[in-house]
Amino acid sequence: MYPIILLSVFGVITLFLGFSKSKNVLLPSTLLFLALALVSNFVEWGQGPLLYFNDMLRVDKLTLAFNGIVLLSAFMIVAISGGFQDNADAEPAEYYGLMLFSLVGAIMMIGFDHLIMLFIGVEILSVAMYVLTGSNKRNLRSNEAALKYLLMGAFATGFMLFGITLLYGATGSFKLMAIQGFASNMPIASQSYIFYAGLLLLLIGMLFKVSAAPFHFWTPDVYEGAPTIFTTFMSTIVKTAGFAALFRLLNHTFAIYGFWWIVIAVIAMLTMLVGNIGATSQGSFKRMLAYSGISHAGYLLIALTALTKPTQNAIIFYSLAYSLSTIAAFGVLMLVSKEKTIEGQPNERYEAFNGLAKQNPLLAFVLAVSMLSLAGIPLTAGFWGKFFIFTSAAERGIMWIAVFAVLMSTVGIYYYFRVIISSYFKEGDTVKIRVAPFYQIILVLATFLTILFGLAPGIFEGLI
Amino acid sequence: MLTLLLILLPIAAGVITLLAGERMAKQLALVGGLASLGVAIFTWLQFDPAAGSQFGFKYAWLASGGISFAAGIDGISMLLVLLTTFLTPLIILSAFKNDYKNPASFYSLILFMEAALIGVFTATDAFLFYLFFEAALIPVYFLSAIWGGENRIKVTFKFFIYTIFGSLFMFVALVYLYYQTPGEHSSEIAAFYQLQLSPAAQGLLFWAFFIAFAIKMPLFPFHTWQPDTYTESPTPATMLLSGIMLKMGVYGLIRLLLPIVPLGMEQWGFLAMILSVIGIIYGSIIAIQQSDMKTLIAYSSFAHVGLMAAGVFSSSLNGLQGALIQMLAHGINVIGLFFIVDIIYSRTKTRYLDQLGGITQSTPHLSVYFMILLLGSVALPLTNGFVGEFLLLSSVFAYKGWLGAVAGLTIILGSVYMLRLFQKSMFGPKSKWVEGFQDLTASERAVLLPLIVMVFWIGIYPSTFLKITEPAVNQLLQLVNN
Repeated sequence: MYPIILLSVFGVITLFLGFSKSKNVLLPSTLLFLALALVSNFVEWGQGPLLYFNDMLRVDKLTLAFNGIVLLSAFMIVAISGGFQDNADAEPAEYYGLMLFSLVGAIMMIGFDHLIMLFIGVEILSVAMYVLTGSNKRNLRSNEAALKYLLMGAFATGFMLFGITLLYGATGSFKLMAIQGFASNMPIASQSYIFYAGLLLLLIGMLFKVSAAPFHFWTPDVYEGAPTIFTTFMSTIVKTAGFAALFRLLNHTFAIYGFWWIVIAVIAMLTMLVGNIGATSQGSFKRMLAYSGISHAGYLLIALTALTKPTQNAIIFYSLAYSLSTIAAFGVLMLVSKEKTIEGQPNERYEAFNGLAKQNPLLAFVLAVSMLSLAGIPLTAGFWGKFFIFTSAAERGIMWIAVFAVLMSTVGIYYYFRVIISSYFKEGDTVKIRVAPFYQIILVLATFLTILFGLAPGIFEGLI
Repeated sequence: MLTLLLILLPIAAGVITLLAGERMAKQLALVGGLASLGVAIFTWLQFDPAAGSQFGFKYAWLASGGISFAAGIDGISMLLVLLTTFLTPLIILSAFKNDYKNPASFYSLILFMEAALIGVFTATDAFLFYLFFEAALIPVYFLSAIWGGENRIKVTFKFFIYTIFGSLFMFVALVYLYYQTPGEHSSEIAAFYQLQLSPAAQGLLFWAFFIAFAIKMPLFPFHTWQPDTYTESPTPATMLLSGIMLKMGVYGLIRLLLPIVPLGMEQWGFLAMILSVIGIIYGSIIAIQQSDMKTLIAYSSFAHVGLMAAGVFSSSLNGLQGALIQMLAHGINVIGLFFIVDIIYSRTKTRYLDQLGGITQSTPHLSVYFMILLLGSVALPLTNGFVGEFLLLSSVFAYKGWLGAVAGLTIILGSVYMLRLFQKSMFGPKSKWVEGFQDLTASERAVLLPLIVMVFWIGIYPSTFLKITEPAVNQLLQLVNN
């Protein structure tokens, strides 16, 4: 609850700060705001479920945990954004303001207890993202990406809204509790068809937001076109919020598990397939990360398919591990691609990483750890993320989907290791890459947490 | 606690080596390796073969999930820990004569590898086993891919994906087993032994484990990564791979596959046996045709592993004891042979048999050491290879007479390729490549002498080592037969 209020106020303040002459104040102030929001989030820890806004928003441990991940990710992303000082066209105040506002949307999605709240959350988050995607005004790719994202996103929103309408028609309420009550004792047959249709349409809208196949077509282009810093934001925060919302939604329609689980299972497999196969054929590291983001949505959907006792922990842990590694990977990409340009544009191809281990051993190590974690190699957080997801599927007894995921993980190793090979085993030029100290701290922090959670996943337990 | 020390000591030594910088790297790594050997020997002296798992430790890792960081040493582990700690300092010493770039990273990776291997051989928790099983891959991947030959990137990449692919199947199997444990789930290997699984489930689990371990060893037809990787890797990495790492696969068969899925063994054991025997013959025949010495030894190693697997699949006392002693013997011989190939290569810059010849004229020491290791490898009586091969072949005979007869061809074929190797490289007219060939230096002898001593020790008095494992193997077989 507090983060919503704080972030809204801070967002406005940030916009006003944009009027000041010095733009240097924006980065520290935004970081401060995010830190305050992060701290305020945990004020309500352990207070049991709290309801706000006419019972439309629920604050429980699940909400707070996901908020924590989202705010921590946002803090790290803003910290590596570097204040946009190199770019004369940039409007840092607006960027930071929009990021703060979009977090409000993310938190609404995470804590919704009422479908209207979910819808508003999705819209707040998405509209900010549409704008940020196109923020590189003079770049055609960025403009195209923004338009694509907007059009596709609007479609998805339409589906979602229609789904919500049908659910309201069937159940007579927007509240999750009422939906749960309706699902557990389905009355009249004709009404339940409306209910099923509504649920499916709502799911389509949500699956679009987390870029699950076959609703993923926008992802590679939008991720590639958007400025890398906002791609990072999109691939971590939007995805985490989306999965939190999906989990909440499905958890409340648990009574009709037999109806939707097979739908989610098929989509999970399709998503893993499309993401992993797509990623193998990419020449651009950034596009590869976009496809890998799709594949990770597939793994997370396995947990939702199972929806057992470990699922909640699995999603939280996986989102955290995925966010940390993704931020580290994009962070290194931003540094490296800036140093090496082709025709004035940052070079985001694999070749840009050639010889990175010599140019900057720390960056190479950060990148290697994040790739190992995304690939799910032991001793990294990503391994335990996969572990928890597989165990939650095993608990439900659907081992075949875990076997499929294993096959897909092997494919994943192929493309994640290409960049390790580039940076460690290939010769590149001998330019040293400099890293600002603060930037370095964030990257080291992400790597440290990845290894820490890899060695001792238990410290995370017990909390939730 | 000794077990924990055995795992942590090489890690600590590796970190120190890495931090100490380039100049002292070699020496520090050697000291670290010797210290581990010292601890292992001390452990051995304290060890009571009859007492089951000892020196254990156990820390809660994922407390709510019943997953713990637990390891201990029984007879089977003890033997392999001794093998690992004995060979690692020799591998480090063998690298001394070559100047590798970034020696600090190079030697510390070897030590990290040692730690992971000891972890695999001592883990008593299934997930800890899996963790080390995978972790062992990363140092050796970097060793091969950074310091290897021309095609190293492609070849080691294939190796990495191949073996990870295999172990992920084991991972799924372990997750499944974990959920079969009653009550609060547990991932202790001992708990897995108690499970009553349906034959259908055991059949599937058999394949999950089989593929994982067969790729690692490697067994026919999962071996395609092996010869290239052995050839392209720098010799110390090849030694690690062939001398110790492939034993992880055999160890996995003994520790997990046999006792957990005995019914799966009943269904598929025969097929696995056939594959192993095919591997023996196939590997030997290809070895005969090789002209690159390193590739030749790689294929011979492939053939030998087939025989070990056949012994394990016979699930008899002789088979298991034979496999264990053969792991020891093979580790010693293959490391010695690779080292000699490396010596020849570093002097002549060629490994091709048709370019070599007449080395023996100027090198009395090298010739003798080479011959002894070679005879050990072809299982001459009174050498280390004989004991294992005898036990293994007798177990395969007991399993199926005709299979034993086919597998027995390995002795003849082995002599053919090994003696051909010796004859082509050492005898005959001196080729232009071997002009001015120097005999062994002191440090090279320091590597080979301990190996030679072991060749005779195991060959003449094998019961020192058979005694260590016998109670543990008997216990295991009781489990299997129940």
